[in-house]
Amino acid sequence: MKEQVAVPRAEFRSYYGRPVLKPPVWEWKIPAYLFTGGLSAGAAVLGAGADLTGRPVLRTVSRLGSLGALGASMYLLVADLGRPERFLHMLRVAKPSSPMSVGTWILVAYGPGAGLAAVAELVPARWRGTPLGRLVRAAARPAGLWAATMAPGVASYTSVLLSQTAVPAWQDAHRQLPFVFTGSAAASGAGWGLVWTPVGQAGPARRLAVLGAAAEVAASKVVDQRLGVTSQAYTTGKAHRLRTWSEYLTVGGAVGAVAGRRSRVLSALSGLALLAGSALQRFGVFEAGVESTKDPRYVVAGQRERLSRER
Amino acid sequence: MANSFHGRLDDPAGEAGYAQHPPRVGFFTDTSVCIGCKACEVACKEWNGVPDDGFDLLGMSFDNTGELGANSWRHVAFVEQERPGAVSPEPVELGLPSFDLPGASGGEQTRTDFRWLMSSDVCKHCTHAGCLDVCPTGALFRTEFGSVVVQPDICNGCGYCVSGCPYGVIDRREDDGRAWKCTLCYDRLRDGLEPACAKACPTDSIQFGPLDELRERAARRVDALHEAGVAEARLYGEDPDDGVGGDGAFFLLLDEPEVYGLPPDPVVPTRFAGSMWKYAGVAASAFVAAAVSVFFGRGG
Repeated sequence: MKEQVAVPRAEFRSYYGRPVLKPPVWEWKIPAYLFTGGLSAGAAVLGAGADLTGRPVLRTVSRLGSLGALGASMYLLVADLGRPERFLHMLRVAKPSSPMSVGTWILVAYGPGAGLAAVAELVPARWRGTPLGRLVRAAARPAGLWAATMAPGVASYTSVLLSQTAVPAWQDAHRQLPFVFTGSAAASGAGWGLVWTPVGQAGPARRLAVLGAAAEVAASKVVDQRLGVTSQAYTTGKAHRLRTWSEYLTVGGAVGAVAGRRSRVLSALSGLALLAGSALQRFGVFEAGVESTKDPRYVVAGQRERLSRER
Repeated sequence: MANSFHGRLDDPAGEAGYAQHPPRVGFFTDTSVCIGCKACEVACKEWNGVPDDGFDLLGMSFDNTGELGANSWRHVAFVEQERPGAVSPEPVELGLPSFDLPGASGGEQTRTDFRWLMSSDVCKHCTHAGCLDVCPTGALFRTEFGSVVVQPDICNGCGYCVSGCPYGVIDRREDDGRAWKCTLCYDRLRDGLEPACAKACPTDSIQFGPLDELRERAARRVDALHEAGVAEARLYGEDPDDGVGGDGAFFLLLDEPEVYGLPPDPVVPTRFAGSMWKYAGVAASAFVAAAVSVFFGRGG
């Protein structure tokens, strides 16, 4: 058939070169949520740690960042629905077979903790003596710790959300995506802390930036190299460009975070680079998935590759 | 209640909680007798009130529907191909008066064994349905007939089912925001009628009935075709041990599945759920370990 001649790089047949799968109906809001959700989780654990170890500025900015990113996440998730007014239908059922249902309930558990911890930071000075003010401030630490215990779920479930689909680039990367995503979440949470915290209190953010960036970049390299036909979805086109920039910014941000431990300006710039790197990583992974549904090669050649391995 | 996410499952309706239920029904689409008339597409649209999907000329074959989608619940694929591996038949002198018939003037030598393949595609109503597994609202459900149906009053258009389907069947309707697909004419089944497409099919290419019967009939048909010399005849989606536990709607094809736009080895994504959560758990633990360790370092 004609398309075989036109696409010589992988031997496969298809129906006039048309896609086998439907491309995801999700648009930019979902990769944007993957970023804001990860940022919220990363900031929540830093905020709880800063609270316990007496770093008040890092605690305040992390708690506020955590709630702000969670608010953005809620908006993005609801707005992406085909019927946003029906978002509460998500709470009709709890379904272990659906990562989106599991994620919904993780967010339901996580949200109030992150919210209360952040609200306590916003109580005006003149209300702090009132009974309500004292109650909120007393509840802040347990609320923040509760959010921090749920945060690993928030940071990691999104990898299963993408992987448990028929989308070849997401499904085939299910061993690596959790590390890409939690690494990216840690790096972005740390980046947020570096932007707003004086160098004297930013030590944990600096170290978390390095660990997160290392995990994210290392897992990404495996995705690029070990997934057979599927790796090409990550190493070509728009996904490749986004993820290349993500790598530059993430590595640069981590190096800057260490090098700038006495420079407020360098620390803040490194933080911005880490945030941008994390966001581009999410958009890059998303784009690779979309591309792998549009080109039938990933479905047909990918499944044929699997079949020949099993024989 | 125990739930099996993959592998052989003889009674999906019972598994879904129906204590007593009618036998599982489905389609056997025998593409060797499909004539590409598209009566199934029309009957489906008429009965189910499925909206127009635009007047597009795709310019590739007699197929201008292109694919299954929110507004196309039956899709007749139309393949024009040179028969793979076939030998051109020797020209035979029939002794008839020769006029300038098409291809008659020196055409025999260049003639090839060209063929048309036609196949009416539809939702497979999988034993293990990816769309149903991932639906977070319960809008998708398993009926007492073993089919998989969306409830339009529940669906909030999250779009997860669209990416969960390994066949690319279900899709979100743009002006409506909800997901739609074949219901196996759930309303007609409850009234004891067969689905509209099967009713309309003039060649019985689309056969409706209890799945057990259809599987037996299909096995006999493929044997008959093999005996008649059609070696390329094969069944697709009838095997209860395949990646989706077998399809409720399966096919007899005359070429590789991908030639018809079907995936060669579809697997329900839920099959890997355990492994996926395990890796996510390890990554989440590493995240915790990192977050705790950074507060024990020196400086800052």
